[in-house]
Amino acid sequence: MAVRPAPLARPAPVAGRPFTLRGLLEREGVFSWLMLGPGVLFLLAFVAYPFFYGIFLSLEDRPVAAAGVFIGLGNFVALARDAVFWQVTSNTFVYTIVTTILKLIGGLAMALVMNQQFRGKNLARAFLLLPFIVPTVLSTIAWMWILDPTFSVVNWLLVHGGVIKSGFSWLGNATLAMVSIIVVNTWRGMPFYGITLLAGLQTISPDLYEAAAIDGATTRQRFRHVTLPLLKPVLIIVTMFSVIFTFSDFQLVYALTHGGPANATQLFATSAFDIGMSGGQLGLGAAVALSMLPALALVIVGLTLYLRRE
Amino acid sequence: MVGGRGLGARTLRLYLPLAVFVILMLFPFYWMLITSIKPNRELYNARIMPLIVHQPTLKHYVDLLSQTNFLTWTYNTLLVAVVTTAVSLVLGTMMAYPLARMNFPGAAVVAIGVAATYLVPQPLLFIPMADIINRLELGNTLKAVMLTYPTLLIPFSAWLLMGYFKSVPRELEEAARIDGASRFQAMTRVILPLCTPGLLSAGIFSFTLAQNEFLYALTFLTKSEVRTVPVGAIAELIRGDVFYWGQLMAAALLGSVPVALIYAFFVEYYVAGLTSGSVKT
Repeated sequence: MAVRPAPLARPAPVAGRPFTLRGLLEREGVFSWLMLGPGVLFLLAFVAYPFFYGIFLSLEDRPVAAAGVFIGLGNFVALARDAVFWQVTSNTFVYTIVTTILKLIGGLAMALVMNQQFRGKNLARAFLLLPFIVPTVLSTIAWMWILDPTFSVVNWLLVHGGVIKSGFSWLGNATLAMVSIIVVNTWRGMPFYGITLLAGLQTISPDLYEAAAIDGATTRQRFRHVTLPLLKPVLIIVTMFSVIFTFSDFQLVYALTHGGPANATQLFATSAFDIGMSGGQLGLGAAVALSMLPALALVIVGLTLYLRRE
Repeated sequence: MVGGRGLGARTLRLYLPLAVFVILMLFPFYWMLITSIKPNRELYNARIMPLIVHQPTLKHYVDLLSQTNFLTWTYNTLLVAVVTTAVSLVLGTMMAYPLARMNFPGAAVVAIGVAATYLVPQPLLFIPMADIINRLELGNTLKAVMLTYPTLLIPFSAWLLMGYFKSVPRELEEAARIDGASRFQAMTRVILPLCTPGLLSAGIFSFTLAQNEFLYALTFLTKSEVRTVPVGAIAELIRGDVFYWGQLMAAALLGSVPVALIYAFFVEYYVAGLTSGSVKT
């Protein structure tokens, strides 16, 4: 190949780059912010602004159709003196803690069962996830009928199985109503844990189990020392996610019990709706909703930082 | 695997627990189905064995479609879900792309903001949001939910897509740029086609989230003609003390069909979307 002399007279670049619109758009910062702009503005207007406006509202006595009056922490003081508010607080914590434990254990069991080799696995996974994808309110309507005071199929099975003499009033009794919303929430949320943990299990290399088996580890030891540590990041993320959305749950409880009987299943979100929307006291309702913030903020900040680190 | 290899052990470790899970998870849907095709004399007679249908009927479906606004609600739900999914995919992509592939001032703040907005639950925002919607005079219009659903869907889509965009090697983009493509062209012609699975996941997930949304729809939509299926069913099919259970179940079942169909065809993408946030592959 003939050696060509290097071109001596390359067109000399102008000092700096010529300023063109295209050149400007090609700059990383400009391009990035042009792309981000619409989304960021939208989220500022419809997430950040309502958030701060909610804080402002919570400091006002604000009926729905009239101007508000600034009352400082008046709403929060009123709530602190209200026995129902403390019941709501306790309900929300009981609901969140119990369902989280049940979903975690049930979901882990589901994932371990599904992590074996068998025919029809994909089909089974699709069916098991069904409770999670069907709109919550619609499946909760089925549960309302399953737990109906007169025609409950659960009662029918218990009575005809000889377990009890007459049926329970599942949604009419304070304790049973709490049991009911916990059961339905667990039913709906367990597949989320199960399928996500299954995906986590599938990333664990079989070599590790073999190595552990060669070293003489029992099934239990392999679970404790191989499976659990490697599954930990997924477990943490799934649990924190679920805690956030269970703690602030609205639709399942609103549909199943409306917070009743006598506030026995009232959560922060349903209570905020009753006070703010049905009762028309926007300020007090906003204060109830904001009462979720301290606990939520802990989890949200923790999870955001954890996700960023990942 | 160490441990029993026989059929007995396999039954105990696999088939039995699997059967229990499948029955528990699917029973409410079975119940929905058979309730919707039972005649009233079977539904409200405690003496009849309830687990099967003796004389199936489609009466509840006919009544639901002819006597209620169910078809309008279905149309509203689908329209809102499609529009908000499309909007959120476009804006989510536009946010995810620079966040995943560019260095620019403010990137870290925006990324944290996106994650945080995804995690802020609606019950924290719906009361101030109701006041804002009122001031914009959008109450009882579908615009109210079309405007607010993307607050849930954009952060989710952006976050999901960031993972996909990050996985494409930088060289591909650089090659396109050397060939004279602008940044925008490199994104739309090179990176986006490679991330089609991610776009599908985000789209399907957004669609199901939009179908599931209840609180904003309940708060902003109080007139029957503008309601969505979940709100319409809860607010209008349950009338006083008389429950129209057959119709309610028909509504619950039909209302789940769009989501179930999409899910049946794209289950892999759905699972990918579900697990992408928590499982690194």
